[in-house]
Amino acid sequence: MGIRVSHLTKHFGSFLAVDDVSLEIPSGDLVAFLGPSGGGKSTILRIIAGLETADSGSVFFDEENADHLHARARGVGFVFQHYALFRHMTVMQNIAFGLRVRGANHTQQTARVQELLALMGLRGLEERYPSQLSGGQRQRVALARALAPEPKVLLLDEPFGAVDAKVREDLRHWLRRLHDEVHLTSIFVTHDQEEAFSVADRVIIINKGRVEQAGSPEEILDQPTTEFVARFIGEANVYQATVQNGIAHVGALPVSAPGITDGTQATLVIRLYDLKFWRDDNGMATVVRTMTLGDRIKVEATIDGAGTIFSQFPRRSSLLKGIEPGVRIHIEVTMARAYPSG
Amino acid sequence: MRNYSTIRTFTVGQWLLLALVLFYVGALLVLPVVALVVRALAGGIQPLLDTFHNVNALHGLQLSISLAVIALVANGILGVGGALVLVRHRFFGRRFLDALIDLPFAVSPVMTGLAFLLLFGRDGWFEPLLGEWKVTFAFPGLVIATLFVTFPFTLREVGYVLEELGTLEEEAAVTLGASPFRVFWLVTLPNIRYGLGYGIILTVARALGEFGAVLVLGGAISGKTATTTTFIYNAIEERQEAAAFSMALVLAVASILLLAGLEWLKYQRSKEL
Repeated sequence: MGIRVSHLTKHFGSFLAVDDVSLEIPSGDLVAFLGPSGGGKSTILRIIAGLETADSGSVFFDEENADHLHARARGVGFVFQHYALFRHMTVMQNIAFGLRVRGANHTQQTARVQELLALMGLRGLEERYPSQLSGGQRQRVALARALAPEPKVLLLDEPFGAVDAKVREDLRHWLRRLHDEVHLTSIFVTHDQEEAFSVADRVIIINKGRVEQAGSPEEILDQPTTEFVARFIGEANVYQATVQNGIAHVGALPVSAPGITDGTQATLVIRLYDLKFWRDDNGMATVVRTMTLGDRIKVEATIDGAGTIFSQFPRRSSLLKGIEPGVRIHIEVTMARAYPSG
Repeated sequence: MRNYSTIRTFTVGQWLLLALVLFYVGALLVLPVVALVVRALAGGIQPLLDTFHNVNALHGLQLSISLAVIALVANGILGVGGALVLVRHRFFGRRFLDALIDLPFAVSPVMTGLAFLLLFGRDGWFEPLLGEWKVTFAFPGLVIATLFVTFPFTLREVGYVLEELGTLEEEAAVTLGASPFRVFWLVTLPNIRYGLGYGIILTVARALGEFGAVLVLGGAISGKTATTTTFIYNAIEERQEAAAFSMALVLAVASILLLAGLEWLKYQRSKEL
């Protein structure tokens, strides 16, 4: 089922949580709402689920207006950030809940629960209570519970927020595989870029209650349309510089700034991996230090006449040859984004 | 079995403190109960059995139990409903109402009884409305007195639990298709059951033990409006000490049973967490 949201606005007191948001999610897509905490992602998700009422604007399911539909009638599976499992019910009773309140008989309930236990790798835990499960298991029970009544849409609010890194990684792969199997239209909220880009078909960047950009992970990484997105996605160096003949001069470092009027200030955003360093005694910068980040090396340098610049290289990259604190280097910018300042 | 190896050795100061606490608790709580039991059974079991053939004593006991049951049902329903409204809803005057609920904790029951006399007694505000129906020095007066003094217990106990609980589980139930009734019955109620249990036990204990308000509003008329506590008071006045101590013993046993119930609930709850 496709979802369309049109001109959604929501205040909490005087705080504007959602500011005229319109977006469309085609049927069968797995979409991530990505953005900083408190940016309105969860609120939009809750409005779609019917748990929150918008001040204005509408939600459509397959072009059918859902504004008048109560949350219990929307056919939405919702996975809460902290699971919200029924603590007084066993795993089996939790998963069966949606079927039970919809009047499914015992045989139907058992069959569906068994199916989901198998799908989620939860066999053998039927009689456990939520307090007796690990974080990853609870998360999967929450998913199974949401999926049991065969919802038309699956909404996940920071689904991996409360589990540790390793389990998180497993759950991501697992959510992607699950989606490839059942093709349920799904939206998940996250503030973790890696999570959004590795799992979702499409990523919608939300900040301060507004949609900054929507697109495939590649589009967003390679063609950020706003300065916010360029800064937010991936680690980046950000500079202010005046443009002359299409070139902005960051101290001694020239950076091409296409599309910016000559003589005006531009904000330049340069990704850490869009830089090349090599040793050159006549270069424009000095290496300050190198940091090992597991399989990558981060290099900090000072540009003559400007500030610090960071770059990142694979650990055994040939570009790192001779790069050590104190040496002079030449810098080449392979890609930069320029946005008019102000 | 307790693991004794976890009990560490005390210093002299800690021993002294422990001794002081034990002495205080013993002198204040345990000793009086022991004295009561000893006195009640001093003349053998016979005076105790005789008391159970005393019509007025039995009537008082029956009255106390009826009042406790009424308080239990009324506070069970109003307590849960009131707690839901106070915790979950934001409305003008909520803080004031919230403070008002503790009033029965703060005021003297005797004063409460007097205040209700002004409303329902002779020349009281509501007297013209009552007609033939008697409130004061009758069963309805006892009910009003009991409901007033027991009102906050269930509401408060359930309120604390509701606040801690939040609404996420209820929201989850809603998205799964549950009707409001189902959400309450299958999710909210099971989650507040221990709070409700504590509240009800405290309510029953208070209802059985109430003295001042039922004395003033009920008049402690033997065989009519004398509850267990006011019966004991009357019996002492009339120097029927055997009857007084026997009934006091019955109340003590009831209290111990209620305490045991409370402990059992705590134990059940701790097992779940």
